[in-house]
Amino acid sequence: MTAKISTITSGKGGVGKTTTTANLAVSLADMGQKVVCIDSDIGLRNLDVVLGLENRIVYDLVDVVEERCRIRQAMIKDKHFNELYLIPAAQTRDKNAVSPSDMVRVCDELRDDFDWVLIDSPAGIERGFRNAVAPADEVLVITNPDVSAIRDADRIIGIIEAEQKGPANLIINRLNPQMVKRGEMLDADDVIELLAVNLLGIIPEDEQVIISTNIGKPVVLEPRSRAGQVFRNIARRMMGDDVPLMDLDYKDDFFHKISRAFGGGGN
Amino acid sequence: MIFSTRFHARLAEEGINMSDWLARITGRKSSADEAKERLKFVLIHDRTDINPETMEKLKDDLLKAISNHVSIDMRSAKISMLHEGREQRLIAEIPLKPGSDRR
Repeated sequence: MTAKISTITSGKGGVGKTTTTANLAVSLADMGQKVVCIDSDIGLRNLDVVLGLENRIVYDLVDVVEERCRIRQAMIKDKHFNELYLIPAAQTRDKNAVSPSDMVRVCDELRDDFDWVLIDSPAGIERGFRNAVAPADEVLVITNPDVSAIRDADRIIGIIEAEQKGPANLIINRLNPQMVKRGEMLDADDVIELLAVNLLGIIPEDEQVIISTNIGKPVVLEPRSRAGQVFRNIARRMMGDDVPLMDLDYKDDFFHKISRAFGGGGN
Repeated sequence: MIFSTRFHARLAEEGINMSDWLARITGRKSSADEAKERLKFVLIHDRTDINPETMEKLKDDLLKAISNHVSIDMRSAKISMLHEGREQRLIAEIPLKPGSDRR
């Protein structure tokens, strides 16, 4: 077994990195994959609460790096899947406690025992981001269809390519089809044209995401959630399945097209 | 009212989005179009480090150099950056003055 190391990053904060990491990890685990996700946002730990695992933390990433525990001791098993684990970020340490080479070492240790290592990157382009990208085999960039998120995504994509980690894959999060229809939000086509990268998926705005986060149960576990369905499709694409992207035509009923084009049999 | 309803129906028949159409008669762009245009501009400069001032100076120098050899229409000359994937390209469109190529 050789794990694929996939880093989820964005540049701008608050666009949905942690939510995406949690949901892709759960989707991959649901497909029978062995998955570890690492929260690399030292000092601003959050992946634990999104996965609902915050009460089980004993050791964290910094403890592993500083050899206060073995890597297995810092891995928290998920509530729903036996082959899904979280290595949480340290909450009280500064972000310089971990270096890019530490991250490479930790990931190399995990490589043999898992199919996927998903790394949730902090926002920004500083040390924490460099740590998250250093061990990556592929990088997923999350953006929202707004000017500042897209601008920051472009900076990040430039850095990823300069570091030979490209081509970056883009996930557009929180797209509101009604606003696109009214000409009040950039269309996915526009975003792709501006950023000139591969598109991995378009996640529609979905209130269920917030509800799921409230209770610490990722939205992919809600079979009726639109966003959940898109996350599952993105995970399938990561596995190499050819799941067609939606037809970006908003004249017709958007969600009908999304579900049809994404191959979800749901409706 | 009747007029507008009928008119709306006709627009719908032709597949024209009402907000597009409103934008067209009022001469206003949709905010999404504006976002796209602003982003295009911002990304070019983020990627290339060429600020508008440098660009203007480049344009002046370029046109001066060219006009030393051929007579050109300075006012409709255009110099712009073109995105090709993630690569940038400088594009110059410089009309010659009529007859300038005949000597």
